[in-house]
Amino acid sequence: MAVGGVTLAIEAGSFVALVGSSGSGKSTLLKMVNTLVTPSGGRVLFAGDDVTALPQAQLRRRVGYVFQGIGLFPHFTVGENIAIGPRLAGERLPAERVAELLELVELDPEMASRMPDELSGGQRQRVGVARALAGDPELLIMDEPFGALDPITRDALGEKVRELHAKLGLTTVMVTHDMAEALLLADRVLVMNQGELVADETPRALLKGEGGEIAQGLVAVPREQAERLAHMEDGPV
Amino acid sequence: MSEIIDILFGLGDKFAAHIVLAASAIGLGILVALPLAIWASRSPVVSRIALGFASLVQTIPALALLALFFPILLSLRVVLGEDLPTLGFLPALLALALYALLPILRNAVTAQANLDPQILEAADGVGMTSWQKLRLVEAPLAAPFVMAGIRTASVWTIGAATLSTTIGQPSLGDPIFAGLQTQNWALVVAGCIASAGLALVVDALLGMIESGIAKRRKWQWGAGVAAVVLGLAAALFAQGGGEDDDTIIIASKQFSEQYILAQLIGSQLEKAGYTVAYRDGLGSAVVHSAVASSNIDISVDYTGTIWTNELERTDNPGREAMYETIVEWERENTGVRVLGRLGFENAYAFAMRADRSAELGITSLEDMVAVAPQLTLGGDPEFFERPEWIAVREAYGLRVGETRNFSPTFMYNALKSGEADAISAYTSDGRIAADRLVVLEDPREALPSYDAMLMMSPRIARDDDIAAALQPLIGAISVEAMREANYAVDREGEDKLSPKQAAQWLAETIGL
Repeated sequence: MAVGGVTLAIEAGSFVALVGSSGSGKSTLLKMVNTLVTPSGGRVLFAGDDVTALPQAQLRRRVGYVFQGIGLFPHFTVGENIAIGPRLAGERLPAERVAELLELVELDPEMASRMPDELSGGQRQRVGVARALAGDPELLIMDEPFGALDPITRDALGEKVRELHAKLGLTTVMVTHDMAEALLLADRVLVMNQGELVADETPRALLKGEGGEIAQGLVAVPREQAERLAHMEDGPV
Repeated sequence: MSEIIDILFGLGDKFAAHIVLAASAIGLGILVALPLAIWASRSPVVSRIALGFASLVQTIPALALLALFFPILLSLRVVLGEDLPTLGFLPALLALALYALLPILRNAVTAQANLDPQILEAADGVGMTSWQKLRLVEAPLAAPFVMAGIRTASVWTIGAATLSTTIGQPSLGDPIFAGLQTQNWALVVAGCIASAGLALVVDALLGMIESGIAKRRKWQWGAGVAAVVLGLAAALFAQGGGEDDDTIIIASKQFSEQYILAQLIGSQLEKAGYTVAYRDGLGSAVVHSAVASSNIDISVDYTGTIWTNELERTDNPGREAMYETIVEWERENTGVRVLGRLGFENAYAFAMRADRSAELGITSLEDMVAVAPQLTLGGDPEFFERPEWIAVREAYGLRVGETRNFSPTFMYNALKSGEADAISAYTSDGRIAADRLVVLEDPREALPSYDAMLMMSPRIARDDDIAAALQPLIGAISVEAMREANYAVDREGEDKLSPKQAAQWLAETIGL
């Protein structure tokens, strides 16, 4: 069993980070939200409804999904990739809306006609975010969304997502193994270990030493790195 | 060279039939393989079974697979009725489609297995149903690989379709088989050029479609598809003007005599105003069933062959009784009408060089008994295992010094060079006349007779007009005339005749 004994509620409008080491069950927990994984026991309620009882296509439109693999369809143009969700629901997304979404993630609207393999990794993940937002979702779930990107792109895109979260009034859940990223972007950090929830704190509380041993072990990594960098700057050469 | 070009231009109808057959087989292969591949991609058990079966089929030689469908369809008649065709298009189609299955299936399964799992996860993530996922993601991404499989299957099938000649389906194999048997190399080369050329063109067109799909160039694969469809339509149209129900189909087995006789019968019927078609180069084993089931209308068969293979008898009641029994048996059991005997035999017989025969004073098997322990006997590879040899040995109490096996051609050379004193020859073989051999008498009638008989299928058995048109052939062909005609086709050099020319010569000789 990958996940067990997790009980929690996420408020609308919050930005939650789900942190843990590899195999801690964080991705599995996330995928239960849009039913890519169905739990053998327990329930996930989305705006009061059990997700397994909702029509799947409808649920997945209301839940935007971004993941590490990006998963752009290589045989579709950028525009077609962005428009896929509405298309599956039988709608045509107008070109202006595609352009608007591209601008939202700071890409040139001209890119709509390009193929994914003509784009850089960062540009592709921006398209991935635009695709997740195309259906006007209420909830955005992201599974290691920036894991494959270089640090500069990663930082910029993280900030961008945080900004969109506020601007569009989204509820966002982001899975990451990087505690620094979680602390910098989220309002609330959940820590998982061996399928169980071991900490549920604000970034500030975690930095002050709350959340227990495992959470503190994760917080210690970026903190020590920062201290060593500061030490290097001040110390003798 | 110009001869080959002439032959190529005359191959139009074979070409069309070949295209229609190969395309149908590939089409059927695709229809079966693709759904199977989709099922296999969702179930490892199905995948293992399907690929295992397709690989197994692939290990059966194509020639055997084609031949196997004859008994399979024959036994299915019990369930599906007597109208089920057992020769020609249907068995060829089924065997070739089965053969086309593996490359298509394997490529489709491999393509699906190698799809990027992240793209498949994305497909689920954006909310695709499994049908949408198949249609929008899996199928288009697998298409270039599937196309590559179809391309391989097409080249194989076009090549293997030449073998369908042996089960009575016209194809580009007709000139190849006819040419091989009559040693007419221009025919063989023309057949090979036509079939290889077709394979190359199809490969190029499908390659164009494949790369068009891979590079997402609609005009490119569109043009490829259009070219394939046009070619198919042309072949179908060309074939449309083919045989109708009134056409009389004449079979021949895979040796010169049969090709010549088929032409002789055909020209005789054409003179009487009938339309004829030929199924040349049929496997010896299927000819009788083909006539009995009216898949073909006329064949020439031999009493000894029918006696052993169809009546399953091993005794030898003598030439006349054997013939009478067969005529009666066919009428009662198969509905085939034996119109009569052509007048010659193509039997096993012992032949010696004339000088050697004179030297030893041997003109019959009886004469041979005394000196046999000093003689070396040559036979074709199966002869010394056959009931004919056992019968001779027992009837005359023959004990020969040595027996040696030779392939038929070398058998005559061995006789010439003295490596064999006598050989098991075929009585209508042209080389008996050419080498001036002496055929030994068989006073005890130990060797069964192989009288050539004209057989009419149940479909035309009661047609007295056809019978009347063929009546002049009955009893008209002496073994000497048949030998000369055979030799004219078998020999090399300037005087070599085609079976058709030899048939004309034979017709003049016997006064038709």
